[in-house]
Parts: sequence; structure tokens; C-alpha cells
Amino acid sequence: MKEEIIIAGFGGQGVLSMGKILAYSAIMQDLEVTWMPSYGPEMRGGTANVCVIISDRKISSPIITTYDTAIILNQQSLDKFEKSVKSGGLLIYDPSGITRMPERTDITVCSIDAIEVAAELGNAKVYNMAVLGAYLKTKPSLKMENVVKGLEKSIPSRYKDLIEKNREAIEKGMERVKILSGK
Amino acid sequence: MAEKILMKGNEAIAVSAIRNGVDGYFGYPITPQSEVMETLMKEKPWETTGMVVLQAESEVSSINMVYGGASCGKKVMTSSSSPGISLMCEGISYIAGSELPCVIVNVMRGGPGLGTIQPSQSDYTQCVKGGGHGDYHCMVLAPASAQDMYDFVDWGFELAFKYRNPVIVLADGIIGQLMEKVELRPVKPRRTEEEILRVAPWATTGKPAGRERNIITSLSLDSTTQENFNKKLLAKYESIKENEVRFSEYMTDDAEYLFVAFGCSSRICEAATDILRQEGIKAGLLRPITLFPFPEKEIARLAGQVKSIMSIELNLGQMVEDVRLAANGRCPVGFYGRQGGIVFTPEEIAGEFKKFNNLK
Amino acid sequence: MDTLDIKRPENIVYRKPALITDNVMHYCPGCSHGTVHKLIAEVIEEMGIQDKTVGISPVGCSVFAYNYIDIDWQEAAHGRAPALATATKRLCPDKYVFTYQGDGDLASIGTAEIIHACSRGENIVVIFINNGIYGMTGGQMAPTTLLGMKTSTTPYGRDAKLNGFPLKITEMLAALDGTAYITRQSVHTAAAARKAKNAIRKGFEYSHLGIGLSFIEIVSTCNSGWKLSPVEANKWMVENMFAKYPLGDIKDTSIAEKK
Repeated sequence: MKEEIIIAGFGGQGVLSMGKILAYSAIMQDLEVTWMPSYGPEMRGGTANVCVIISDRKISSPIITTYDTAIILNQQSLDKFEKSVKSGGLLIYDPSGITRMPERTDITVCSIDAIEVAAELGNAKVYNMAVLGAYLKTKPSLKMENVVKGLEKSIPSRYKDLIEKNREAIEKGMERVKILSGK
Repeated sequence: MAEKILMKGNEAIAVSAIRNGVDGYFGYPITPQSEVMETLMKEKPWETTGMVVLQAESEVSSINMVYGGASCGKKVMTSSSSPGISLMCEGISYIAGSELPCVIVNVMRGGPGLGTIQPSQSDYTQCVKGGGHGDYHCMVLAPASAQDMYDFVDWGFELAFKYRNPVIVLADGIIGQLMEKVELRPVKPRRTEEEILRVAPWATTGKPAGRERNIITSLSLDSTTQENFNKKLLAKYESIKENEVRFSEYMTDDAEYLFVAFGCSSRICEAATDILRQEGIKAGLLRPITLFPFPEKEIARLAGQVKSIMSIELNLGQMVEDVRLAANGRCPVGFYGRQGGIVFTPEEIAGEFKKFNNLK
Repeated sequence: MDTLDIKRPENIVYRKPALITDNVMHYCPGCSHGTVHKLIAEVIEEMGIQDKTVGISPVGCSVFAYNYIDIDWQEAAHGRAPALATATKRLCPDKYVFTYQGDGDLASIGTAEIIHACSRGENIVVIFINNGIYGMTGGQMAPTTLLGMKTSTTPYGRDAKLNGFPLKITEMLAALDGTAYITRQSVHTAAAARKAKNAIRKGFEYSHLGIGLSFIEIVSTCNSGWKLSPVEANKWMVENMFAKYPLGDIKDTSIAEKK
């Protein structure tokens, strides 16, 4: 099992922390992971992306240019990464972040209205967890108990009350994800 | 089971320093390694282990703080990235010339000049061949994972004190920024004053009655004294070459072709090797883990076995010179590299490999 | 009085401090360095802190200070002594740590290091020898060289338009919150040397009170560099150097005030 994922959007959307929670959840399931961010000035309000690799074997190259899954949260990222999804792969996007629909027909395309989920839960910060829920539903390789452990590991202890909120957002994201095309 | 934590290579350096009884860290912010000092400051080790952490006014100052701390027999370290290491080279030369132990982490970015903040391996020559003035070598360790970053701090201090020599951990922006699973090793407490007196009897710990004063200096105006000192250093470097070479091999047993790559490049070459093997091409990989001392004997041996060697680096071709010297004409040695912070992919390397070897 | 009489304790009016080694000093006759070394050695001896003191020597004539005072020493790169001292004191807070630096070392190439050590309030002592010239390299202009003063790189005299102005770094450092004690002294007479010694002692004592950095400038002669006899050099210093660099305490923050 090896899953190569890119998560891309604006800085501030929680792209990097979503990747971190995903990676930590995989560690809790005894898998190998790498988490490689774009770094530097891009962090300041511009685009941010992170590549997460999850594998049951030791991971060699952390540098990847094609992806099993692309999680896309803004138009720039869709333009940049849609073509890099492997044939038969998965693309998850947030419709409020994009202005044109994905065009690929050889991949599974899903959408998640994560802003709506966050608004329902009354907490804009759980936006990224709703997106994560959409991913966990469509690629059910990680057990929820390990995701919760991953959350506990990733969130600083002073925000422990947020864990339940995040878990709720993940679950709502799992309910709300829409499979638009593909299998 | 030891605790496994997801952390960046840079964070692993900081956590390892605290857990391995480092006495002092002195640094200056620079991308892509600022998380080292940020993590240390957040962890406040001065309240737990008593470790000193100080943000200096420049890299010039931070390396000279390391010089002062090392003079006291303490386990002291700094970290920086390429332009900062250039500023430190004066101090590193003094530290080497005064035979002091310390660990310096260089999380390389592209140059020359201000260059780019993206990953690079273009300080190979600077760090492996010297960098500062005079005849000296640092021992250079090349990590390829966050776990290596964690482990090489302790290994670095072990070597530094064994040989009274500066050790450079030569990482790059990828290894610094990459988050991976890191296994925390058992904690080593800081050395006590008594232990320091035993391990570093040469240190400036204050002259008690009954011993000569300890002087830390790199100065000798007498040429014969200086030449004898240079020869002493040479003997030390020879001993390091004899005893401390470390490398790893991947698929070399039956290899007909060889990659040589260090740090993050070695991982990408491992993936390229897999691609070539799937195509029935018998490729293999040698990863030097120590760059000084360089695994020249092993490369020489493999150069007699394979049809060709390719050195793969994120620079214009620096380590390839040492690979050629080691191969010494036994087989052709080629090079492929990317610069400017662009990182090659496994597919790209496999393609370049086939081009170089005229394989379809 | 024969030799034996002179050596009787009741007759001794002057002796070499126990902490001054028997090495022959390389300093020129008339140079202030020897006197300042002696004062430091006396202070360390009188305070009984030989086993707790670490000196940091500079690059310049006093690079070999470690040959003359019998304590543990670190020899710094040019200008960097305050960085070494910072780490030494922070890692070994029970030690007395001092730097010994000339004007080229401290006020030119080492400005960043001294300013930030002062600014951080490092609990160290800095002995600053200001003779307005680079002695070791053969008498070139220093940042503290007076206007009109001839050196090998200002052969027609220092010209403000060409070479800038003399740097009163001691006054600059007094403006920094991290400094506890800033004074300017000299050693050209026995009385001046006694005062300088008191200042050095105060600096060493302050360094163990956690109230910040003590900085003792010693306006000094370089008769070789100045191309004057020792006596003429003293006279020239009094008439010219003291006019620009007046002696006396510039700042003495009482402990109560600091705490």
C-alpha cells in the first residue's frame, strides 16, 4: 500500500496542518509517512501545498510529481495539479474555492462544501477537518480511532477542547462528500 | 516501545539536542532552518536540563559563541543555512585550528550569494574541503531523513569529542523541512563538571593550583611549531579516514551500474534505482553517510565491478570530483544535477541515467 | 641596603604579582600593556579567583596575553572576544570572565560583538586598551586615531573627510541598558594605575552580581607606533588623547538601581 497525496490551497486554509494530522493518523496505524511542504515566502498569504506519502514500506523519495490523490482548495492549485493526478486517481475539491470545474474524466472527482460544514459548526478553523473527512471517506484506509489519535498528537495540549470539534467536522465531512464522477 | 513522533528534520535537531545533553546552542535565524532555534526557544530547556539557548546578533557571533563554549569543554552547537555558513567559516577555521569539538548544522539552500531559499547541495565543496582558511577538515555527516537529523546530533558530538574536531551535519532544505516519524532514543543527561574535567582536561575550566594553565589558541608564530601542528592534524585526519567512514548500499551486490548520491538525493536515487530495476537494468546505489571521511575505498571497489558510475547532486557537480578520484579511471563517471532549488524526480534521474549509459 | 635587606617583607614596596608568569614580555618598553596585565593579575590574586577566571585575548599586540597571566585563556579571532566571553559566562556562570581587547579589535572589526554583548547585559568584564593605533601590524590608523595624527595609513595625518572621525565607543556603550559600569582610566602614573586597578576590581566584582557588563577603557600609549620615547608618549597622551578621551567614570549603575 502506498498513497501519494498533495493538499494545495491558500495559506491560512489549514493545508499544512491537515497534512500533519493525516500523517500522524497514519503513524498511529503503524504506517510510514513523509510530509513535505512548500516553504518560504509562499507561506505568507500565497499558495501553500504539502505532499504527504503514506506507505506500509520505507519511503524512498519524498519528492513526487504525480499523485494518487489531489486535495484542491483554490483555483491556482486546480490549474497546477489537476494534470498531475495519476490516471485512476482521486481529486477532491472545495467548490467555493474554484471558478471552473475539474476536466479530467479518467479519475474520481469529489467535492466537499467544507465552508458550509465549518459554518454549521460555528468554527471557521475546522474547515480543513471537513475536507479531511471527505478524503477519509473516499479513501478509507485509515481507521477513525487512529485519526482521533492523530488529532490528539497534532493539536497542542492547550487546545484539547478542540479535538471534539475537529472530530465532529471530520465526521460531517465524511457525510457531505459528493462523488461526482468516476467509480 | 520508544515513542515515535512526527517532526520536521529541523525540529528533530532541536529535540535531539535537548535529549542528548547538549550544553548550549547559539544561532541566528535563516531559512530554511529557523525551526531549530524556534523549537529550542519553545521548549525552554534552560528550565529542565539547564541547556543554554541564545539568539546571537549574527552568524559570525554565533560560531564564536560556539568557539567560546567549546573552549570550556561543553557540548555546544549551532545551525544555519548556506549564506550563514559562509559567515561562520572564519570561526570554523579557528575551531579546527584550536582542535575543539562542536556540531554545526548546515541546512543547505541554493547559491551563490543570497541565492534561493529552496533546497540545494551546493555547499559540498565548502563544507567537505574546508570553507575557511588554512589546512583543515571538518568531519561531515550527511543525513537523509528526520531520524538521521535526530541521530546525527549525538553521533556528531561523539565524533567531535573523540577527535577534538568540528563536525558539520550537512543537510538540505528538504531534510530540514520534511516531516517524518522520528523515534526518540533514550535521554542522555548533560555532563557533570567532573565528567567534563575527565573528558576535556584541556578545557578552560579555571586553573586550579597544581595544573598548568589551559590555553585555547590556534596561533603559533614559529614555523616549525606550526608545521608540526599541521602534521598532527594530518595524522588525525588519516585516523578519521581509517576509522570513521560510513555509507550505505542499495542493490549493489549484482549492480552493473552505480549511482552515488548523498542526503535527500540518495533517497530519490533509491526510487530511480527501483524504476530501472523494474525495467531489468541492474542499477545500484552507494550513499556516502560521511562525506569527510569519504567512502573512497568502497567506491574504488565498486568502480571495478560496474560499467559506469553517476554522481547525482543538487548542484553543478561537486562531489563528482571525489567520486572520480576514488574511481581513478576504473570506469566512466558521469554527473547529473539540478540547481536553483529545483529537485530532480526519480523518473528524471532514471531517464538521465539511460541517456548517459546509452540504454533504451 | 644589600639584596637580602631589600627582599625582607617589611622592605618590599613592589613585587611581581604571583600570577604574572616568568615569560619575557614581548611588549615594547614604555607600552601600557605590561602595566595593565599586572593590574589584572593583582586583582585576580587579591580576589583569590585564579581557579574561577577565564580570560579571552584578542588579535593585536596583546594576542599573547595568555603567555603572561597564569590563568586559563581563550584566544579569540579578531574582534570576536565578547562572543566567546558570552558563551563562556552563560555556560559557566560561576566563572569570572573577561576580555582584553585593543581599539582595532574592539572598536573596528568587533563593533557588532561588543555592542550586542553590552546590549544583552552579559555579566562579563571588558578591558579596552585604547592607544589610537594598530600596534601589531605596524602602526596603521585605528578607529580611535585622533584627527591630524600620523599613522602608516594616514601618513599626512588623519583627515576627517578622507578617514572619518575618531570613534568614542565607550560613550556609545554607556548608552546601552545592559551595561552596569563604564569607566575610562589610564596607567601613565602610579596614581592613575591605582585608580585603574580599583576600576578593574569593581568590574570583576560587578560581574558576579548579575547587573550587566563592566567596561574599562584604558587610554594607553604606543610609543613605537607613535614614534615617541616612553616619556614623550606619556606627555603626548596627556595633552592630546585625554582631550578627546577624558578620564573618569561615565556610568556606574548602583546595584539597588539595577534590581
